[in-house]
Amino acid sequence: MSFITVNKLWKEYGHTVVLENLNLTVEQGEFCTLVGASGCGKSTFLKMLLGQEQPTRGDLQLEGDTFPGEPDRNRGIVFQRYSVFPHLTVRQNVLMGLELEQKPFLGKLFGKARREALAKVDQMIEAVGLAHAANKWPHELSGGMQQRLAIAQSFIMRPRVLLLDEPFGALDPGIRRDMHQLILKLWRETGTTIFMVTHDLHEGFYLGTRLLVFDKVRNDPQQPEAFGATITYDLPIGQTDQQLYESIETSVSETARALSA
Amino acid sequence: MRLINRHPARTTALFLGLLPFVLIVLLYGTASQERLANNPNDKLLPGLEQMTSAVNRMAFQEDRRSGEYLMWQDTTASLQRLGIGVGVAASLALVVGLLNGILPVVRAGMAPLVSALSMIPPLAILPILFIVFGLGELSKVMLIVIGTAPIMMRDVAQRVRELPQEQLIKIQTLGANSWQVVTRMALPQVLPRLIDAVRLSLGPAWLFLIAAEAIASEQGLGYRIFLVRRYLAMDVIIPYVLWITLLAIVIDQLLRLANRRLFPWYNAGGH
Repeated sequence: MSFITVNKLWKEYGHTVVLENLNLTVEQGEFCTLVGASGCGKSTFLKMLLGQEQPTRGDLQLEGDTFPGEPDRNRGIVFQRYSVFPHLTVRQNVLMGLELEQKPFLGKLFGKARREALAKVDQMIEAVGLAHAANKWPHELSGGMQQRLAIAQSFIMRPRVLLLDEPFGALDPGIRRDMHQLILKLWRETGTTIFMVTHDLHEGFYLGTRLLVFDKVRNDPQQPEAFGATITYDLPIGQTDQQLYESIETSVSETARALSA
Repeated sequence: MRLINRHPARTTALFLGLLPFVLIVLLYGTASQERLANNPNDKLLPGLEQMTSAVNRMAFQEDRRSGEYLMWQDTTASLQRLGIGVGVAASLALVVGLLNGILPVVRAGMAPLVSALSMIPPLAILPILFIVFGLGELSKVMLIVIGTAPIMMRDVAQRVRELPQEQLIKIQTLGANSWQVVTRMALPQVLPRLIDAVRLSLGPAWLFLIAAEAIASEQGLGYRIFLVRRYLAMDVIIPYVLWITLLAIVIDQLLRLANRRLFPWYNAGGH
């Protein structure tokens, strides 16, 4: 049995078809990058994996069971922005998940339990390179540092699936490269299954193990909402082929133009 | 340069800020002097001398009848009513606002009621309060509560709903149950906003307090002002009004400072 199975999945909002006939199997520990034009359902697919949205038709299964209908501690998420808590320092932000898990009512740890948890927290903060900023507030951090924090916050829970929704979209190119190294390192260490949505085709082409291209196969210029997107390419990473890259890029940008027209 | 781009320097700004105050005092002073020159017993625009002697009488001498220092008695009575009223209103606003903001089921049931309640002119139901709760302290406190709570409830609920959706999802992925979402995410972030809401509600709260005291009371700042009105005692009324204004400013600034101290992340643009 596969870790994640997507079988004939459709997602529609009213008359608008976002995703049509999606089929996919993903094994545990894979690192999938999702690319495609805006409005091609990458984020919608991610939301379904998260439990924030439900499929209209078809199956979405985690080890043979239907996906839970709401977010839970097994599926972490890092958004492009706003995923850290502004009222908590870096350390408190990372500690939060452990506290919530161990203290359902109080939501806070004290004494020995807190010290033990903090040891773990400090290790995690060290791993994402925020040790020097452990007691700062999020608003004192740069965009890249805030994303490091959001990543630490998710990874400390050891989620089975980690979802990244354009996590580096707002960062400078240099910072983005550092973040790629960081996420690859953590992925190798933990073996978490990762889905990452990105706008950057280049990023998708070398990060991770598998590239999934979301695109519209059919397009009706009079009625763009009539057809949804599906996965048009499902490629293992490493076979970087310039010709293929260009053909994907052309197809994706054509769809983008058609959608924005 | 456009007028919108011209910023006064610090000293100029200070001067411009003080100017209206100085002008008002000057204007009042000359008008008062003129009237007193015509008629030394004029009561309408008392001079500094009459006012200080009135304050001296009210605040620093025992009242001949009751043996109390009236101004302090009035002040404590009023502040107590205001404090209890605003405190109860803020607590209600916090609980109802949080639940309305975060639980869709509660919002469906409660939000229309809160909106409707906040539209009732509080002074219109003051007679009802007097009938139901009597003429004692309770009716005055209730007026402040009813007058300020619904608006603060709506404000708190709105602030909760303004928290980014991303945070709400994130905390769920960290395993939070509904209770934890409220206590660890919404409550701590909404507290500084509640203090802001209280600051804005203090104006209406004073209004309701003085209205209630004016109609039925035996002590209080509003009571005193309306009592001495019968004798045209402007020498008491004006210092009382200035004193109320000063109290309002001090309370407002204390709340602002408390907000800064207690929630450093909030005021540094962390929200």
